[in-house]
Amino acid sequence: MAKNSVGQTFGVALLLCVVCSVLVSGAAVILKPTQVANKLLDKKQNILTAAGLADAPGTVDERFQSIETRFVDLGTGEYVDDLDIETYDFIDAAKDPEMGVAISADLDRAGIKRRARRIPVYLVQKSGQVDKIVLPIYGKGLWSTLYGFIALDRDDLNTIRSLLYYEHGETPGLGGEVDNPTWKALWNGKQAFGDDGSVQIQVVRGSVDPASPDARYSVDGLSGATITSRGVHDMLRYWLSDGGYGHYLERLRASKQGEA
Amino acid sequence: MGKARDTLLGPIFDENPIALQILGICSALAVTTKMDTAVTMCLAVIFVTAMSNAAVSLIRNYIPTNIRIIVQMTIIASLVIIVDQFLRAYAFGISKQLSVFVGLIITNCIVMGRAEAFAMKESVGISFLDGVGNGLGYSLVLLVVAVLRELFGSGRLFGVEILALVNVGGWYVPNGLMLLPPSAFFIIGGFIWVLRSFKTEQVEEQD
Repeated sequence: MAKNSVGQTFGVALLLCVVCSVLVSGAAVILKPTQVANKLLDKKQNILTAAGLADAPGTVDERFQSIETRFVDLGTGEYVDDLDIETYDFIDAAKDPEMGVAISADLDRAGIKRRARRIPVYLVQKSGQVDKIVLPIYGKGLWSTLYGFIALDRDDLNTIRSLLYYEHGETPGLGGEVDNPTWKALWNGKQAFGDDGSVQIQVVRGSVDPASPDARYSVDGLSGATITSRGVHDMLRYWLSDGGYGHYLERLRASKQGEA
Repeated sequence: MGKARDTLLGPIFDENPIALQILGICSALAVTTKMDTAVTMCLAVIFVTAMSNAAVSLIRNYIPTNIRIIVQMTIIASLVIIVDQFLRAYAFGISKQLSVFVGLIITNCIVMGRAEAFAMKESVGISFLDGVGNGLGYSLVLLVVAVLRELFGSGRLFGVEILALVNVGGWYVPNGLMLLPPSAFFIIGGFIWVLRSFKTEQVEEQD
């Protein structure tokens, strides 16, 4: 058969497609379990870091034993237990008409439009008691959506222990400085709520004046990254208020210390 | 043996795909802020150019002329997907940082350029070497750019601190421009300038 005949053209195309698709799908199927395990490990590692257990001894899975995962219905603040920890993804669930809810534009400070009804929270145990709670947060920065965790002390449900982002696409060196360890360290010990229970935590422009009465609620903005700083500020305001974890935190405050 | 050597080593300095042919610039801008992403990208590109060259060369006598570009594209795309899957399985952290740029190897002009210009005419072994050589040529530029960008942009190499930064109590004020894509243009420009000062035959004639 001639090289450029219709028959050969179709033949070569068909054969090539079969060979390539077998190779590609073979690789995808064989490597899938490792990839899923990696993703889960990465997520656990991030939660451990937020919980302040990044450098604790033991493997990721061993350290993760001290963390209990629960699901919270944000509308009521109650726990729900009918979800699968391994497969439930609250980012995907937000898009689902049943599992997600739309956020009205005037409340949507995080710029995310929809959120899942039920979101996983991570309870960090220490000597039999809940020591910290780690809450997922996300919202728009300048270029991208920033995904992260905030850890609060269980004691007062007010003191922030850490804030970290595990995924974002902000400008390296400017907004990307949300990953800067020095900046992240500024969050430890800040107060999220004021005496009246309203969300007070803020990211200010420039540096915080230590003498100001608001200093305990304030974190330095990132220089050269006004919009990313604003995004961090706004998403905290959203997630810690009644639109986010407000009802849940209220319920925890009413329950006994050390329990959650 | 001479030909094999020239094919393998030629593209590194004499016919560097980025410096002489100015191909494949796009990814050189995107993945060179850190050494670890740059090295991963280099290995991925070397693998893809070598394997796609070999595969195209293997079937070059059967490929109908009118669908040859699509055939090359299919082979390249399949290889890139396989590389991407491997990275996700065995280098998850880095694959997260490289994100879309692994997939964009498909559109890297070097890969397709070598398949069309070289592998369609030459035997399998020599095409494979040509692929490795061009991958190495690409890698050389990428690594030079990445060393400069990571060192002067964040004071580190492979994430290890070399210059102590001001914001962690050191003395070095990082050059923020180095972390932004345009800086790679300046560095590649400088690289081409240096290279052409030594290899004057690469200088283009004045119009």
